[in-house]
Amino acid sequence: MNEILEIIKDEQLSFEQRVYSLARYAENSLDVLNLDEGIKEWMDKDIICDLAEGNAPYKPRYVVPDYEKFMEQGSDFLELSKPNDIWEAINNLLILYKHVPSVSMVPVYIGNIDTLLEPFIEDEEESKKAIKLFLTHIDKTLTDSFCHADIGPKETKAGNLILEVSKELQNPIPNITLKYDKEKTSKEFAIKSIKTALGSAKPSFANDEIFRKDFNGEYAIASCYNGLYIGGGSYTLVRGKLSKLALEAKSKEDFFNNLLPEFTKRMTRLMDKKVEFLVEESVFFKSNFLVKEGLVSRDRFTGMFGIVGLAECVNTLLALENQDGKFGSNKKANELGYEVIKKVSELVNEHINKYCEISNEHYLLHSQVGIDSDNGDSPGCRIPIGEEPELYEHIIQSAPFHKFFPSGIGDIFKFDEMAMKNPAAILDIINGGFKTGLRYFSMYEDGGDVIRVTGYLVKKSEMNKLDAGNAVLRDTTVLGKGGRDNSGILNRKLRKEDEYESQSK
Amino acid sequence: MKAKVNKIIPFSNVDGPGNRTSIFLQECNLNCLYCHNPETINICNNCGLCVPECPVNALTILNGVVQWDENKCINCDNCIKICKNNSSPKIKEYTTSEMINKILEYKNFISGVTFSGGECTLNSKFITEVFKEIRKYGLTCFIDTNGFFDVEEVFDLIENTDGFMLDIKAWDNEDHIKLTGKNNFKIKNNLNKLIELDKLYEVRTVIVPNLLNNEETVKKVSEIIVNTNVRYKIIQFRKNGVRLELINAEEPSKKYMESLKEIAKKKGVKNIVLT
Repeated sequence: MNEILEIIKDEQLSFEQRVYSLARYAENSLDVLNLDEGIKEWMDKDIICDLAEGNAPYKPRYVVPDYEKFMEQGSDFLELSKPNDIWEAINNLLILYKHVPSVSMVPVYIGNIDTLLEPFIEDEEESKKAIKLFLTHIDKTLTDSFCHADIGPKETKAGNLILEVSKELQNPIPNITLKYDKEKTSKEFAIKSIKTALGSAKPSFANDEIFRKDFNGEYAIASCYNGLYIGGGSYTLVRGKLSKLALEAKSKEDFFNNLLPEFTKRMTRLMDKKVEFLVEESVFFKSNFLVKEGLVSRDRFTGMFGIVGLAECVNTLLALENQDGKFGSNKKANELGYEVIKKVSELVNEHINKYCEISNEHYLLHSQVGIDSDNGDSPGCRIPIGEEPELYEHIIQSAPFHKFFPSGIGDIFKFDEMAMKNPAAILDIINGGFKTGLRYFSMYEDGGDVIRVTGYLVKKSEMNKLDAGNAVLRDTTVLGKGGRDNSGILNRKLRKEDEYESQSK
Repeated sequence: MKAKVNKIIPFSNVDGPGNRTSIFLQECNLNCLYCHNPETINICNNCGLCVPECPVNALTILNGVVQWDENKCINCDNCIKICKNNSSPKIKEYTTSEMINKILEYKNFISGVTFSGGECTLNSKFITEVFKEIRKYGLTCFIDTNGFFDVEEVFDLIENTDGFMLDIKAWDNEDHIKLTGKNNFKIKNNLNKLIELDKLYEVRTVIVPNLLNNEETVKKVSEIIVNTNVRYKIIQFRKNGVRLELINAEEPSKKYMESLKEIAKKKGVKNIVLT
């Protein structure tokens, strides 16, 4: 009960954050999943972490509504009819967003917003004003930067306006992804996206070709960078810390032959329990209007099997074998990392969950970006901050992992101000990276206020406000502050031109 | 055919359009007071002075020739600092096919390749061979040069090059001799020739207050490149890395740089970059 009082008295929480914390406390007072000792043991050891999803799942973690359908049919429940102009369109969307649940208080996916709005773009000036209000409204009310919008792959008038307004507003919310395909996206639009990203840390680039192949067509990028089925989503995301698992290993063989299979079993057991409760006991899929009106359907949901800390895992295993080398810079270490992920992928794909029909009854692998309290567990398969090699080596090292993670993996690159003078250079790098198998590429410019923490965005100025003990608007700022303090995200390697610049040869 | 390579930068965003692999060849035919990487000027004379300076024994002498073990090297640059010959023992020789293979490793990630130096046109035949081959992969071929070459001698190279980035260091010949040790007749001539051949991508001038007549250089270059698509890159002199015993000059102020940009702009040059 003291904890409830603490929530009520916490000066750093906004009203909404307070209400949500209270609800979470209530949910967690239940124990309905009947978790077995094996799961509990490894949760206590911080090997398995369910990212505070709650003890009694009553909504899917990630809900990805079919907004195209909503624009076509309106909503009986919300008493909205099909929009006729840009103002009705954004009004309808903003209303629906407030009714899309997720693990947090806000929707993690708000649609391919350029193609949703494109039919209503008539007068450019009026449309720009509408889009500006639309994006401002989202930033101030959906106060969590896991809220994610997609644009592309084709250039549209709406897409151009969204980029222009994003650059002007400098807001961390929504997160934006450009679905990019060299064959479909115009070079001009790609360059404009890069310039916008250098100025405001978004959009990121998703490899449209790879995602389309993995999802048999349309897909959404939600939350950090999670690939999911439209009209569905993900029931849950549980993550395993390979970094902590490796600490249990007696040898490399022990890790591969005993620990990894046991790890996959306990993780999937936990996921199965959550999915089962959500589908069979909770009422979301029975009564929610999103389901009733066909904006999502149960059979388009899957579950996400997350991992973190591959780098530390590999380094621990190498040390066990008395071998030198670090993940990221050493060939043997990178190869061992690849073997670990390949094995995890095989094991996860052996597991069947009947409620994941859309993904062949398998869970999808997700390279999780970490949470604020992580300390000494690098995100997913990433190279630890401060140990990143040169850009080319970095991409070549990272790319082979991306194919294993349809529901999300990505790298972040921080550039200096020279990059803005030659954005085509970054496009060359993205094109090369995507050709090499990279799935997702994020960038930002060192000097800006908005930066990418791990998968989401924060304003440096808002972290400073929090440092001073004030309540802040966006709850991801708290996570960003944790990332800064525990994971050194501000120290990410700066990709700058060599001193060797051709001055005065 | 072989060339001596000082350094390869896989990704560069300041050496021409897009992302480029920049290759710095050893040896130069000018010796500029403000040279930013003087260790690229001369070929190593195997004097051996640097060998005992290496803290990790990456340098040895074998049959009178200095050897460099790249794997041992920690890039402390002690060897370069001690060198009295404006050179470096950390030079790798590449055959044309080795160079082509190295470039092709990066081909998916780059718009093309830029050879720089030193003065890379001293190796014009080597570069021509490389360019002829890598063009087949859709890569563009650029040259970063001080302009001190005879067009007739490097005509093959010019034909196989998409764009030149040419230094015009000083318009006034006295200034030029003072700065580089050589006169600038050939270089000015080549400025016009490259424009005629539609091979000039960019002109570069480093601005050094008090030492050079910067206004005149910017004005004259602007008069010549106006009505072309040539970009004019006006570069701030920076003390970092230069031989301070040779040059006693201040870095130009932002305001001064802007005033030079204004001169170029007034002459009608559209594409001006300050850096």
